[in-house]
Amino acid sequence: MTALLEVSHLRKTYGATTAVDGVSFSLPPGGALGLVGESGSGKTTTARMLVGLERPDSGTIRVLGEAPAATLRGRTARLARAKAVQMVFQDPYLSLDGRLTVGSTLDGVLRLHGCHDRATRASRVRELLAQVGLGEREAAALPRHLSGGQRQRAAIARALAVEPAVLVLDEAVSALDVSVQAQVLNVLTDIRREAGIGLVFVSHDLAVVRYVCDEALVLLRGRPVEHRPIADLLDDPGHPYTRLLLDSVPRPGWDPETIARRRREVHLAGQGDRFLREL
Amino acid sequence: MTLLEIDALTVELPGAARPVLDAVTLRLAAGEVVGLVGESGSGKSVTARSALGLLPARARVTGRVLVEGRDLVGADAARLREVRTGVASMVFQDPRAGINPVRRIGDFLTEPLRLTKGWSRREAEARALELLAAVGLPDPPRHLRQYPHQLSGGMLQRVMIAGALAGEPRLLLCDEPTTALDVSTQAEILALLGGLQRARGLGMLLITHDIELAAASCDRVYVMYAGRIVEQAPAAELFGSPRHPYTRGLLGSTPPLTGPLERLRPVPGAPMSLAESAPGCAFAARCTFAEPGRCDHSAPELLPLTAAPDRSAACFRVAELPNPAVTEARP
Repeated sequence: MTALLEVSHLRKTYGATTAVDGVSFSLPPGGALGLVGESGSGKTTTARMLVGLERPDSGTIRVLGEAPAATLRGRTARLARAKAVQMVFQDPYLSLDGRLTVGSTLDGVLRLHGCHDRATRASRVRELLAQVGLGEREAAALPRHLSGGQRQRAAIARALAVEPAVLVLDEAVSALDVSVQAQVLNVLTDIRREAGIGLVFVSHDLAVVRYVCDEALVLLRGRPVEHRPIADLLDDPGHPYTRLLLDSVPRPGWDPETIARRRREVHLAGQGDRFLREL
Repeated sequence: MTLLEIDALTVELPGAARPVLDAVTLRLAAGEVVGLVGESGSGKSVTARSALGLLPARARVTGRVLVEGRDLVGADAARLREVRTGVASMVFQDPRAGINPVRRIGDFLTEPLRLTKGWSRREAEARALELLAAVGLPDPPRHLRQYPHQLSGGMLQRVMIAGALAGEPRLLLCDEPTTALDVSTQAEILALLGGLQRARGLGMLLITHDIELAAASCDRVYVMYAGRIVEQAPAAELFGSPRHPYTRGLLGSTPPLTGPLERLRPVPGAPMSLAESAPGCAFAARCTFAEPGRCDHSAPELLPLTAAPDRSAACFRVAELPNPAVTEARP
């Protein structure tokens, strides 16, 4: 079975800063991979390379066995890229066109991707919205009249409208209230199971990654430190950094002082590597 | 005298369908760490800000906010200044938004001391150096000359905490102090806050949307929903056996890090906005236990539980509901 996504040795630098280095993974149909790490670890840069918003310095990304066009000049190339990978951004307040109702946003996407029959589009729009738990009222509303959770679900419906092979979610549930976040998480696990869409799920929240994903890739300063099934990773973290992230999650009996000390140790060790590299 | 005593505080804004705060009553003793948990729009920030006398302009306010016995509702400028400069201070969520980006860290820390205490530049700088060392920053003299953009988010939040400590407050109000930070930075900041709180015997109000964080760091927790306090309990008990249906819903919506992985049972619908109102319990529309004709008819009061007098809940059906410790609590 062809992997949905085959990523090898991605590297991206900005001047002297290496944002991502040596990221490789493969995503089977219906698979879900969590990209985990702190800010500056390269999670978002990796996500943006997958969608084509950043061009890697080296390394390859293959979707369904094919390398997407290197440049996105022309309508066909752009539409093909859109079909391959779609992205849902963190902030549902900024990622939808504020002047279009949710229904017409979805309608526009369908039209652009070659659905010319108005009635077919209308029924597909209803179907997409139902899939994320939205109805007629939300379809007719402008994004600003919807709550954060409704907007984020609309953004997911917009991404699904294209029927992409892979959906990349960059901290897509972080800004939502817990009770609403749970609704969106259930939507994600459902579309994965029902439509076989692959998910790349960028998050700093290990509990959420555990709920949504099969595997997790932990990034530290742009480099992968651990890539394993999420259950194993949480049971027995192999890298001190993964253990630190896991212990940092608040829970009863939690001791922030020990974690703070260990964090300094991991980061001091990191400065050591950098020092060695510079030599 | 209680350090902070909020008594039936109601805040109404013109044009809103429901009060921002509806008869909020809260107590915080010296040396106690109290959590205030809720989702966006629940009124937790407005409650915390009331302890500095910072209430929305044009709001109609009734009730009392006593800080060491001084009522801040309708207080004059002199009393507000007295409380804000010497008794209570606030750590805000986003240090990048809370610290002037075009002024040096030194200015941020020394200006209030010079203006409110009339200290000389030299005295204020000496104090600023002490404060930066107290919050664990590595090189205080250098930080004094730095601009906010030269520090990471975690370091800048330490600067914010140093600023909050400048007036030697007895009450520290922390409004989502770690929400803008990474998880492991969150642990550092909470370790710092916990250490300062214990060393100085501060009363601390920790506002957070993260119920597990509150359970892990606080002595006692209040849960807010739509401007009302719906449950109050010692932190460990709240987490182990939530009583109010909303608190149960919050815990049922949080994916667990350990134990069996069941499908989440999200609370249906969305938190109530200021444009909506309900004649009865504000949570009734989303509540699986709501009883038509009762819960949507009048609003339940926050009352002590008969079985556990140190806990309280605002729910008509709290005594009839199945015991969550057996049926719903997570391992």
